[in-house]
Formats: sequence, structure tokens, C-alpha cells
Amino acid sequence: MISLYARRRFINSFNLTISLFTMVFGLFWLGWILWTLVAQGFQGLNLSLLTQMTPPPGSKGGLLNAIAGSFFMTMAAALIGTPVGILAGTYLAEFGQKGWLAPTTRFINDILLSAPSIVIGLFVYEVYVVSIGHFSGWAGSFALALIVIPVVVRTTENMLRLVPNSLREAAAALGAPQWKVIMLVTLRASTTGILTGILLAVARISGETAPLLFTALNNQFWGSNMNQPMANLPVVIFQFAMSPYEDWQKLAWAGALLITFAVLTLNILARVFFRQKSPSY
Amino acid sequence: MNQTVIANPKIVLKDLNFHYGSYLALKSVNLSIPEKKVTAFIGPSGCGKSTLLRTFNRMYELYPKQKATGEIILDGQNILDAKQDMNKLRAKVGMVFQKPTPFPMSIFDNIAFGVKLYENLNRHEMADRVEWALRKAALWEEAKDKLKQSGNSLSGGQQQRLCIARAIAVKPEVVLLDEPASALDPISTAHIEELIHELKMDYTIIIVTHNMQQAARVSDYTAYMYLGELIEFGNTDAIFTTPKKKATEDYITGKFG
Repeated sequence: MISLYARRRFINSFNLTISLFTMVFGLFWLGWILWTLVAQGFQGLNLSLLTQMTPPPGSKGGLLNAIAGSFFMTMAAALIGTPVGILAGTYLAEFGQKGWLAPTTRFINDILLSAPSIVIGLFVYEVYVVSIGHFSGWAGSFALALIVIPVVVRTTENMLRLVPNSLREAAAALGAPQWKVIMLVTLRASTTGILTGILLAVARISGETAPLLFTALNNQFWGSNMNQPMANLPVVIFQFAMSPYEDWQKLAWAGALLITFAVLTLNILARVFFRQKSPSY
Repeated sequence: MNQTVIANPKIVLKDLNFHYGSYLALKSVNLSIPEKKVTAFIGPSGCGKSTLLRTFNRMYELYPKQKATGEIILDGQNILDAKQDMNKLRAKVGMVFQKPTPFPMSIFDNIAFGVKLYENLNRHEMADRVEWALRKAALWEEAKDKLKQSGNSLSGGQQQRLCIARAIAVKPEVVLLDEPASALDPISTAHIEELIHELKMDYTIIIVTHNMQQAARVSDYTAYMYLGELIEFGNTDAIFTTPKKKATEDYITGKFG
């Protein structure tokens, strides 16, 4: 006959052990992926990655055009998607108490947030690439922007909702019209959170391949013209990894390692930044 | 007639009813608020005193399910009228809340925020106004070297005084105080009460407090509320020493609440 207390202790340790085990299980796979990436990609890491273009099969080269292309398209996507996202998020948080528009927008946003990125890529292909007749960096940026927007909308709305109503009331009590309350007080109070959301959105699109396959395609050469197919890291990795050429495969691993480092850095920056500047209400 | 007659009321309430959705929170309140005096609203939790206070600057308009009917006459004009400009009203009727809420900006900008909404002052005049407001709120000496620092860097009592400075910087005519000292320690509370004594020379003050001793110390007139109704209103001394209604007497002597 086990006492009640002993039984509770047993259940406690049992659950703790299972939780630990599942955590180790998850971390194990993550660790293995990271280890493989580093093991395979590390040998490919050298300065030529940043100084030379993607080579034809069988010769040495770098990833400069791919890195640059990814950078340009990510920046363009962030510049297009962020204002739209912040405006929509602000509408949902500040004006969304009455009516049907806000709940509908939120619902559609959640769907877009979990839409498979290949669907988004196909959409942009159909709507933009086909009509202008060729692949381009702009099409790629546009597809990535469509992935940025729902993330920023969701984060902005959540961060704005965290601002206590007492702050809004204090500003309104001075006679400030609603738009000034939002712009000068509420948005300022959530700046850190919103910036973190943008950083996380950028981290997300850094590795997206599917949308770029149908929009920016790829480019063997340097391209700063966004109206032409543009080189980018994810598609280069896709192409090189599946090829039978060893040089290309090495470059693919190096590229994968680069993307992983970039995303990891962005995520860490976002956390550090958010924790440091987190305001106390 | 359970009300003292007020000669020149600043605000007159006529048959004010207030709804939270379908719940009737204020029942037919008739009241006159005297000018340039301190009026206190007292009563047990949930009696409607904060609700009543928030009708004076129509703060409830921020929330869709809250509604007020009846009349509130401020200086001869009914402020519950649909045509009333909410922001102009709030510039005239200021409010300080229970929890100090400094804006996420410097101390200087906190105070300048309200002033910039309606007045066009140059840098010199603005600096003067900020200093004036901080002196009035008894915060100048402590804050004068920190004007560029964030409002959040002040202590709780200082933050509340900052909020008071912010409210009077726009030179309102009425100042509403919603339990301004309930989140503060006794020394800060004493500061704030001193402040109220000074402020009533220039402003009409209405203070909601659940602390009866504070109401007795600080106010000239007191209104006792219970379950959404105004039970008794009169001179503070009269209410606390010779209340006319048994309900008032029960509350004041601590029989409940």
C-alpha cells in the first residue's frame, strides 16, 4: 500500500523523466543536423566564397552572386512587407474591437501565415512572372514579402496588445486624438517587440527555397539588376547538392552552413535585443 | 433633499445613468460639483465611484460596450451631447490614474506631450511650462537634472507626481484623481495630499478614494455612493460627524465596506 505522498513523488519523477527524455530526443536530432552541417560545410569555408561567383561544374568558385542576390531580395522583401505588416497589425490591435473586418483579417492572416511557401511561389509565378514574361529578382522579393507580411502582422498585433490600456487612457486623458495616441505612445512603447518580429521574419525568409524556384530562379553570373533572374543561396544549394559534381556539392554544404549561421545569428540578436530593451510597464 | 446646495457649481449631473453592456452601474445620479474645491467620492468597492469619475471626461468612450445617458453640464454645456468634441473636453478636464503611467519618453517629453497638442510654444516657453508644472507637482528639485532621462527611471511616488505634473501642464480647469495614492507608500501619499491642498486654489478637484481618512483630510465636500446610487452629498465635516442617512453612518463608522 503506497502512501499518497509516495505516489505523488513517483508521478512527479516519472513525468520529469519523460519530459527530459523527449527534450533530449529533440535536441539529439537538432545536434546531429548541426554537426553534419558543420562537418561537411566547414571544409568549404574559405574567403573565395565571398569573392568568387558560382562556377560552372568542375571548376572552383564561390558563392558571391548567390549571397548578394539573397541579400538584395531579403532586404527588398523586408522593405515591402514591413510597412504593410505594421499598418495591418496596428489596425487589428487598435481599431479591431468593433465590426467584422478585424476578425476576418485576422483569420485570413493566420491562413496566410501557415500557407505552404510553394503555393505562394506558384501564385507569384502565375500573377507576375507569366505576365512580364521572365523570372526576376523583383518577383522573388514579392514572394518573400508575402511571407514576411503575416509574421509582422501577427507580431505587431501581439506586441501592441501587450501595451496596457492604462497607457492609452493616460494619453487620451490629455486630449490626444486616437492617431496620436497610437503613433506617439502605443507604437513607441512596443518598438522593441515589433523590431524583434521583423528580425524573426527576416530570419524566416532567409532560408525559403520554394517561392524562389518559380520567381527568381537562379543566375550563374553576378546580377544587380532586380529585373532579371537573380542568384540566391537556397536555389543554388538545391541545384548544387543534387548534382553529381563534387565541387558543386562542397559549395552547397558551405552555403547551407552560411544560411544556418545567418539565421542563428539573427535569432540570437533578436533575443538579446528584446531582453535588453524590454520595457517595464 | 439629501444634498447641500452649491452656489456656483462647476459641473452639474442630471439624472445620469451608466451602463456596462446591459448592467446598470450608475442609477439616476444628481449632483453638483463646486468650483475650485476638492470633492471626494467615497464608498465600498464596486459602488460606482470610479465609473462616475470617468464620465466627467468621457473616458468610457474608448470602450464600445459602455454608455452614459442623462446630462452632465460643465460650464453650461452638456458634455454628454453627441456633438461634444472629446479631445477638447479632455484638455479641459484632466485625469490622473491609480497606477502611475509615464510615457516611454524622457521626463521633459512626458510633460510637453499634452502641451504640444493644443499650444504652439517655442523652446523657451516650453521649458518654462515644464518647469512650472514640475514645481507645482513638487517634483522639480528631484527631476531638474534628469529631464532627458526616461520617465521610467523615477520611483513610484515620483512617477505619480510626474503624471500629476503632466495633467496640470495643459492647464485644465478640472482635475480628476482616481485613487492617486493607493499604489504609493505613506510618505509619497502625504506629498500628494499636500499637493492637492495647493492645487485646489487654481483647479476644481474631484478625487475618488477608498481611504476614508484621506477623504476627511483632503476634501471640502464628500459624496457617499453605494451600489451605483448617490446616497448622500455634503460638506465633508458634516458627512463625517453628522451624516444624515443611516447608510452613510454605517459606512463611515466601519459597520461594512
